[in-house]
Amino acid sequence: MAEYINTFLFGIYPYIAIFVMIVGSILRYDQNPYSWKADSSQLLHSKGLRLGNNLFHIGILLLFIGHFVGLLTPHWVYEPFISAGQKQILAMSAGGLFGSMAFVGMSILIWRRTTQDRVRATTKFMDMAILLILFVQLILGMLTIPVSAKHLDGSSMIALAEWAQHIVTFRGGAADFIMDEALIFKLHIFLGLTIFLIFPFTRLVHMVSAPLKYLLRSGYQVVRKR
Amino acid sequence: MSNFIDRLTYFSKVKDRFSNGHGITTTESRDWEKAYRGRWAHDKIVRSTHGVNCTGSCSWKIYVKNGLVTWETQQTDYPRTRPDLPNHEPRGCSRGASYSWYLYSASRLKFPLIRSRLLQAYRAAKSELGDPVLAWGSIVSDPSKANEYKKMRGLGGFVRASWDEVNEITAAANVYTTKTYGPDRVFGFSPIPAMSMVSYAAGSRYLSLMGGVCLSFYDWYCDLPPSSPQTWGEQTDVPESADWYNSSYIIAWGSNVPQTRTPDAHFFTEVRYKGTKTVSVTPDYSEVAKLTDIWLNPRQGTDSAMAMAMGHVVFKEFHLGGKSEYFTDYVRNYSDMPMQILLEKQGEHYIPSRNLRASDFDNDLGVENNSEWKSVVFDESSKTHRVPNGTIGSRWGEEGKWNLEAKDSVSGEDIWPNLSNIDKPDEVLDVAFPYFGNQQHESKIFAHTDHESVQVRKLPVRKVVLKDGSEAYVATVYDLMAANYGIDRGLGGENTASDFNDDGPYTPKWAENITGVSADKIIQVAREFADNADKTRGRSMVILGAAINHWYHMDMTYRGIMNLLILCGCIGKSGGGWAHYVGQEKLRPQTGWLPLAFGLDWSRPPRQMNSTSFFYNHSNQWRYEKLGVTEILSPLADAGKWQDYSLIDCNVRSERMGWLPSAPQLDENPLGLAAKAKNAGQSTKDYVVASLQKGDLQFAAEDPDREDNFPRNLFVWRSNILGSSGKGHEYMLRHLLGAQNGMMSDDLDGMGADKPSEVQWHEAAPEGKLDLVVTLDFRMSTTAVYSDIVLPTATWYEKNDLNTSDMHPFIHPLSRAVDPAWESRSDWDIFKGLAKKFSELCVGHLGVETDLVTVPILHDTPGELGQALEVKDWKKGECDPVPGKSMPNLVEVERDYPNLYKKFTSLGPLMAKLGNGGKGVAWNTEAEVDLLAKLNKTVRAEGVSQGLPRIESDIDATEVVLSLAPETNGEVAVKAWASLSKVTGRDHTHLARPKEDEKIRFRDVQAQPRKIISSPTWSGLEDEHVSYNACYTNVHELIPWRTLTGRQQFYQDHEWMRDFGEGLCVYKPPISTRTITNAVKERGGDVKQIALNWITPHQKWGIHSTYSDNLLMLTMNRGGPVVWLSEVDAQKVDIQDNDWIELYNVNGAITARAVVSQRVPEGMCMMYHAQEKTMNTPGSRITGKRGGIHNSVTKAVVKPTHMIGGYAQLSWGFNYYGTVGSNRDEFVILRKTNTVDWMEEPYEEGQPINMPGNEEVGQ
Repeated sequence: MAEYINTFLFGIYPYIAIFVMIVGSILRYDQNPYSWKADSSQLLHSKGLRLGNNLFHIGILLLFIGHFVGLLTPHWVYEPFISAGQKQILAMSAGGLFGSMAFVGMSILIWRRTTQDRVRATTKFMDMAILLILFVQLILGMLTIPVSAKHLDGSSMIALAEWAQHIVTFRGGAADFIMDEALIFKLHIFLGLTIFLIFPFTRLVHMVSAPLKYLLRSGYQVVRKR
Repeated sequence: MSNFIDRLTYFSKVKDRFSNGHGITTTESRDWEKAYRGRWAHDKIVRSTHGVNCTGSCSWKIYVKNGLVTWETQQTDYPRTRPDLPNHEPRGCSRGASYSWYLYSASRLKFPLIRSRLLQAYRAAKSELGDPVLAWGSIVSDPSKANEYKKMRGLGGFVRASWDEVNEITAAANVYTTKTYGPDRVFGFSPIPAMSMVSYAAGSRYLSLMGGVCLSFYDWYCDLPPSSPQTWGEQTDVPESADWYNSSYIIAWGSNVPQTRTPDAHFFTEVRYKGTKTVSVTPDYSEVAKLTDIWLNPRQGTDSAMAMAMGHVVFKEFHLGGKSEYFTDYVRNYSDMPMQILLEKQGEHYIPSRNLRASDFDNDLGVENNSEWKSVVFDESSKTHRVPNGTIGSRWGEEGKWNLEAKDSVSGEDIWPNLSNIDKPDEVLDVAFPYFGNQQHESKIFAHTDHESVQVRKLPVRKVVLKDGSEAYVATVYDLMAANYGIDRGLGGENTASDFNDDGPYTPKWAENITGVSADKIIQVAREFADNADKTRGRSMVILGAAINHWYHMDMTYRGIMNLLILCGCIGKSGGGWAHYVGQEKLRPQTGWLPLAFGLDWSRPPRQMNSTSFFYNHSNQWRYEKLGVTEILSPLADAGKWQDYSLIDCNVRSERMGWLPSAPQLDENPLGLAAKAKNAGQSTKDYVVASLQKGDLQFAAEDPDREDNFPRNLFVWRSNILGSSGKGHEYMLRHLLGAQNGMMSDDLDGMGADKPSEVQWHEAAPEGKLDLVVTLDFRMSTTAVYSDIVLPTATWYEKNDLNTSDMHPFIHPLSRAVDPAWESRSDWDIFKGLAKKFSELCVGHLGVETDLVTVPILHDTPGELGQALEVKDWKKGECDPVPGKSMPNLVEVERDYPNLYKKFTSLGPLMAKLGNGGKGVAWNTEAEVDLLAKLNKTVRAEGVSQGLPRIESDIDATEVVLSLAPETNGEVAVKAWASLSKVTGRDHTHLARPKEDEKIRFRDVQAQPRKIISSPTWSGLEDEHVSYNACYTNVHELIPWRTLTGRQQFYQDHEWMRDFGEGLCVYKPPISTRTITNAVKERGGDVKQIALNWITPHQKWGIHSTYSDNLLMLTMNRGGPVVWLSEVDAQKVDIQDNDWIELYNVNGAITARAVVSQRVPEGMCMMYHAQEKTMNTPGSRITGKRGGIHNSVTKAVVKPTHMIGGYAQLSWGFNYYGTVGSNRDEFVILRKTNTVDWMEEPYEEGQPINMPGNEEVGQ
């Protein structure tokens, strides 16, 4: 039974979550394009926003990149330069630093969203839900640090990376890699997958539309045919 | 195809490049553009406007999308007028453009609301007693029950109720009040019918059929210039704004044209391109000051001094100096200048007395009809006294002589009236003129001079032999005017000036000392104004407005300006004249509207009351009066005659003599008098006269604080009287409403002053006189907050109605673009519903009753020939009480209460039977009734209304107005002109013949605004040749002015006018209101204080109180109440811009933010009037109550000369003449507030209603 649940949550659920994320996002973009936005509340209340928002965004984006690179880079790519143990320590310290930044930032944002009348009045259920979920996820992530500290050999990290790489390369048996990992990792992964799942239903979609390509635009005056 | 797939164009994104690669061409989808195009898409456009008393009357496109109003834009399809004239459009301003915000805003009233304590009490009483009327009675007759809800007025506590229930309670209250106290205890206040005629008529029709009282507004707002009826016998008639374009010299005098006439201001700027010179006269650097070539800035309140000085210049140079033949001819033909005035011996000298009349001569100069009412001129060719055509005596009782042809009315010979006796005087006499400019004001900002109070000057006079053989001296008005202006004519003596730089009344130099404007400037403008008028035959114009009319002595400023205009021959001339713009007073189809509005199709006359006297009396403002009658008396008057009278006494005398109306009328229920008379075996009239004479019966005004005499029910609709025009706001809260208030004044008792001699004094004044206040509005206004029942009405985009203005000649509609939102209903439907409920509930309480209406002597009726030579009071035994002559007329009117609803919804039989008319002209109207029967169909149900034209819907009601009015029905116009032609003996029908077949209907005006048809109701013409201009027909058709002499009157010969020194125009300084007492200063504590003159102009971001709670407008100016003051004054009391400040005097207190600006001169502060106190108004430290509105620091002070009646043009008419609510002589203390208390804590039982008295604070 435990194995079945493990396989479902970490072998099948990831595909469900990613499928919903992709298909859901496309549908939302198509059907309701004007809902595709960050929904900034800066006009309603700007106090604390600059600090909280920047801390949160910088922290969370770096954490995201860290996870992305850390989990999906094959072991053999970095092995010549750095040992698994060293990589784990790097991950733990970087994660701890950016996690703390994000934590402070989110705390400010949550304070703002819950106590400022004008922001509160315009807050939708999903706005609050995603903020709290991210906060919980962040705390879970931070809690993995002391657990990791107990075994600095990088074995857990490699297991988690194996799992992730199996998932994205559609190889079977991914769930087996983390069958025996600590509960805190599993909770963190499960909640992370859930964030993928609910992604299209939240304001998180705005990250896809960050106007980065503006920096790389080729013309200054854009004229459309028709 | 798909937003997503369409974006997958990474390889062919750039189709082409240009400009060296800086530009690119793409084929990206442009579908997103539909978003902004769709934003402006709409389902339909409907024509409507804003009924907001701004005079704009602008036609707007209302956009409707998905059943909701989305926005509005200006209409641009006004009919073109004359080839040389710029277009009228686009008309509109930012305020109107923000209106649609209201429809779906938080301040929109959505459901009927009622005070919860009242509802609980009513439900309990009804379940006990069953009958709604008895239930209502059981509440209001028990003071403890009534106080329970009255004391909560203004403090919230509303709950939703159903229409059925609020209608039942309101109707039950009306039935109970009518039955118990009389229908004249039920009142309605609604202003300015021109802004939505049918809505006004809905309420007034309901009240009038009941016998209730409609309260006036124009006089109460102080927009009525009493000087207009005094001079012209006309309430107000003015040029349309397009006529500014015909002018070549314009003075904007106290009228801030760009700010308050926004849609018309373009004519003012356009005419400057033609080379017209413009001058502004404002004490502050206002918007109009920035627009004009010359800015004159007299100290506020001293404008009449400047006007007098300008008159001095013009009279001396152009009349006495003979510079203009045009002027001389004009005043000879169109003014009372040649009229002969008797001189009365007073000690060493003479004083001007009344006009010489035909009745003064042997054989009455051959006059048979009304000889006492025919003024006399001296004919230069025959050297005899003659009665010219056109005097008021020729208007009534005869035909064909009431015109301005220069003819003897007896013989028909041509005459040449003599203007002056200067060439061959029989004698040169010492004649005394009063001078008021030496009065010292309590504030130093108003300068005075040290000239004598009695100015004796030499006057050339003639000797006449009177009927009784005695000899008397007479002078012409022309000679009196010259002497009054203090011009030296080489006759010697003192008190005249031979040079403009002499210091004496009324030279330019003298004016400089009073006003602060240099004599040179005054002379320059006066000369230019007159010179232009002479060269252009009258194309000099003065645009003037509320700013100078809101002073206690406004008549003097206005008459000073009118004199200037008449002297220069500008009145009645295209591009010239008196352009007084205040409220939207021009109800163009007035005579068609009157029957609908006042139920004249069912019963006549209606009950009407002048509001100023009403509120002064019944909100007890007289109990706190600080101005004594003798203070404002002429130094030449017999002070002993007046010493026992206070202002309220004068008003009571006036009501008793039939001059002013009275309501509540008598101290008994008027429904019971007929029966009592029958028992006594007398006619009702005789019975009432006898009872009044014996003292068994009194006027309610003589004991206003007796319970039977209270006003009991008040309807307020289309108005925000407590948030806007209510002078003495805190007095109204205290005495009428019994609500928490910040009034701090001692009463006469506390001040140790004399009590009135004509009014019963009660030790304690009653509080909460009104049992029920019902307000109809679309938004939660200040008045709504203080009401007991609030009814949600349709907005201006949700009802069908009509709208006109004095600023343009078009009539156009309000239209129902969408259905009334939520549970709101149109005013017509609301009052129709009430009428239905009333008819149901009255059964068993009221049936067919005989009501006795006291009717004052009305202008434009034969009754206006009241007491010709002297004032006599029947109560003092000076004459017999004769209804309609020396006292009010007493008219029995049948009220069929159970049929009130049937009457309300049909056009009654009197229209066909008695006809219609207005301003003294009457015509048959059977054809129009037939037309309406076809247009609206007839009533089929059995009963009193069977077979009569229906008036079910608001559109039916508009058709009644449009069909009956000469302005919208050419056939009626021709009839009306024909009827006037009979009286004048000249044919005027040519003015309407070209439009005889034109009939404007409601759907016509919905399609496009329509030009009205010329009618004798108005003194201007609207045709293809001239712009509308007042008095045009007087000058060009020789129709007399409706005054004593039939001409424009410089001289007012009524006894009261002379006693108060206003026979001729003089300078009178502002009065001392004495509202800043030591006691009130002490309440201010140690904070630095400054006393400033209280000026309340019209605002930029609102129209009166409307829009002052509109979010879009609030964002444009600090989001709440503000008061402007000068940098100098601000510095004195350490106030910085945007500080919270507090303003107070014994009348009450205000909180606001300070605007410190160079615009404002030292010594005054300005609060744009009617900023809602429901918006961002914190509590006052002085009163402990929430800060008030601008009227919290004012109190009405009435003026005796406005109470005159029964005397030709000085006869009362609804909104035509009477006391006015001035408020600019007031001063306030201003100080900074460091702590702001928003008073958000909940109500605690037992909070004090009134402020502690001054003696308690002193301890």
